[in-house]
Amino acid sequence: MTAANDNLSFEALTLGLQGEIFALDANMVREILDVIPITEVPGAKPFVGGLINVRGRVVPLVDLRVKFEMDRPPPTADTRIVVVEIDIAGEPTIVGLLADKVYEVTTISGASIEETPDIGMQWRPEFIKGIGKRGKDFIIIPDIARIFTAA
Amino acid sequence: MSAADPSQVFLEEAADLLVQLEENLLGLEQAPDDRDLLDAAFRALHTLKGSGAMFGFEAMAGFTHHLENAFDQVRKGQIPLTSALVGVALEAKDHIRGLIESPDEADAGLGDRLLAKVAELVGQASGTQGAAAAPPDEAPKGPATWRIRFRLAQDAMTRGTNPLLLLDELRALGRCTVVALADEVPPLEEIDPAACHVGWDVVLTTEHPRSAIEDVFIFVLDEMALDIEPVEPEPQKLGDILVSRGDVERQAAEAAALRQEKLGTLLVKDGAISEDTLRSALAEQSHLRAESENRKAAPASQAAQSAGSIRVPAERLDSLMDQVGELVIAQARLKQLIAAGDIVAIKSIAEEIERLSSGLRDTTMSIRMVPIGSLFGRFRRLVRDLSQELGKDVQLSMSGEETELDKTVIERLNDPLVHIVRNSLDHGIEPAEARGRSGKPPQGHIHLSASHSGAQVRITITDDGRGLDRERIRAKAEEQGLVAPGTKLADAELLQLIFHPGFSTAKTVTSVSGRGVGMDVVKRAIDGLRGTIEVASEPGCGTTITLSLPLTLAIIDGLLVRVGKGRYVIPLAAVEECVELPADEDLRHSGRNFLNIRDDLVPFLRLRELFASTLPADTYQKVVIVSTGERRVGLVVDQVIGDHQTVIKSLSKLHAEVENFSGATILGDGSVALILDVGHLVSYGQTLDQHRQAS
Repeated sequence: MTAANDNLSFEALTLGLQGEIFALDANMVREILDVIPITEVPGAKPFVGGLINVRGRVVPLVDLRVKFEMDRPPPTADTRIVVVEIDIAGEPTIVGLLADKVYEVTTISGASIEETPDIGMQWRPEFIKGIGKRGKDFIIIPDIARIFTAA
Repeated sequence: MSAADPSQVFLEEAADLLVQLEENLLGLEQAPDDRDLLDAAFRALHTLKGSGAMFGFEAMAGFTHHLENAFDQVRKGQIPLTSALVGVALEAKDHIRGLIESPDEADAGLGDRLLAKVAELVGQASGTQGAAAAPPDEAPKGPATWRIRFRLAQDAMTRGTNPLLLLDELRALGRCTVVALADEVPPLEEIDPAACHVGWDVVLTTEHPRSAIEDVFIFVLDEMALDIEPVEPEPQKLGDILVSRGDVERQAAEAAALRQEKLGTLLVKDGAISEDTLRSALAEQSHLRAESENRKAAPASQAAQSAGSIRVPAERLDSLMDQVGELVIAQARLKQLIAAGDIVAIKSIAEEIERLSSGLRDTTMSIRMVPIGSLFGRFRRLVRDLSQELGKDVQLSMSGEETELDKTVIERLNDPLVHIVRNSLDHGIEPAEARGRSGKPPQGHIHLSASHSGAQVRITITDDGRGLDRERIRAKAEEQGLVAPGTKLADAELLQLIFHPGFSTAKTVTSVSGRGVGMDVVKRAIDGLRGTIEVASEPGCGTTITLSLPLTLAIIDGLLVRVGKGRYVIPLAAVEECVELPADEDLRHSGRNFLNIRDDLVPFLRLRELFASTLPADTYQKVVIVSTGERRVGLVVDQVIGDHQTVIKSLSKLHAEVENFSGATILGDGSVALILDVGHLVSYGQTLDQHRQAS
């Protein structure tokens, strides 16, 4: 649906979530942190179950793995928090994204991006903008805006 | 242009003056004979005209000039103040605002029509030619020197008059020499410290007319002795001064002058004058001498204006607040670090810094505090206009205008309050006939009040209208599927339904309200301010809406507690006391969750259960009793850690559905702690209480 229009190359930060590689638009990334103390928010949805202190700001910590129905093992030495700025209901909001691993900043070439296949995928298709290919790896390009609006 | 742009200062001043003018006019409508209001309105017009012309708002100044003339004639008693005149003046005030804010778009035709109306009213009343008559000669020809002698009533200070402020006002008018007359001060043992025994002689050289001097004393004129006389600013002999002041007879002065000593000393010796009188006369002499020298020399530069208050751009206050917030966090971290160490010298510095930062915090907060009267004042006009539009006679009264709130809260309170007041006028207050039928006075009444209640401010809006129709609310709620038909609802729950989105019981949609967008917006706005809203309504007698709001949005004193492994902050102002959870109460699990606090049953909530904590509970759990207003609830925690200065950080929209917390803060070790929403927890606890009473 949208992939045809999105056939543009972009700089992306690639990160790992339970063995899958995801690509975030590098422009939205503000910084990458090691795991810091996380404050649980009782009564909040597991997707936004925590709060962290990012340079004096209280920032919600988001676990994308919830949206993709993945297992959620506790943090390891590889775990990182990717601080991004996204638009939530018209307001730019700083959010921390939990990542099992962060790989690199790379260019995803537009030609390699394919439309989301309707079948053969266990995830909700509206959360995924497209699938890119790099070498023999598939890279999932999540639709961050959609993920945050479909609460 | 920088912030010092003078025309910007004028715009701000003009905005204030217009608000003040409107208040005065509305006041005059109620009390046309009130001299003070009339004078205040006149002064506001005068200042607008004067400063407007100075900053190039010629059209506005010209227009205001005519209005000022009309009011001057009223002031002089030449024409009476009619409600028609006040009405036109209010319209004219709006026109002035237009002329100031967008001079190019202002409707000149409207201005002419208004002026014609003013002229007509003035002409009718005075029976002479219209308002276009020559303006009274206001402009003085140059500085004049005045001798002012005044003595206040003895009890003036107990009635709130501050003579020093009067003197400051005189000083603001021009160069001033002030001498206190202490001759009537009784011996020490007879002194009443609250009485004003002192009189003053003031010699003032000013550009302002005599009326400006009189205006200084406008509020105390009735209870004081005041003489104002012009004097020539020429050097004079002391004898002449004393004689012209009436302090001494000419013969005595001349007789004394014949002797070869200083005149003043002699007169005192003779008992003709007191030493104070002499001192005062000498001061006048030197003032006059200086003044006459001034005249000969180049015109002296204007004395710096005395500055009782200053204008500060709001964003500077915001950034000051942010910085103080960070300072407070840093200070908390320092405190925690030092508590771990054991260096006495550093400890004392840390305590000093704590004292300073909390003082700085309080001062910064107080700078941001604004009396709510500035907000309430706007409602006079709203109620006046709206009641005319709806053809209802409604009186607005208010109390507690001096209650102070953070300016951000005040700003964000405007729209919800407008909505509530509009609703009261439109739906609450019945038309006069209907009121007559139910035995009420034909004039409806709306009361706005504000008061402090702990760390909260309570604002109530009361009308004496028909009250909320519970049947109709229920019917509507069932129709919209908000409640299943036949569900039992507590009265408070039923009334809360009016805050549902899209809920409107109005049968007809008017321009004022009834579109169903309203009370839910109000509720959301109040929630956004971390406040609560309650409705009470007596059918046929009226409705009261109570808003409880926090004093400030930025920093609070908090009590840090631990529940399981999580740490939480409870706003300290809401905390009444901390008690230990009695072991027997603890054992009675999920049975009766009530605690006997000095013969009062207080429901308590186990935060461990509410927060689904998995760690085992501490042996000795504590109960923190919190309250909002009259209602109390106990919160069971594992440990009370201590007080904590809490800089409130709001939660993002991602946590909008989390109700138990009103925000978060950063602790000394850099981790995040959640702030409990006491209002929400108390009402949650109270529903438990209602179930208990129901069963």
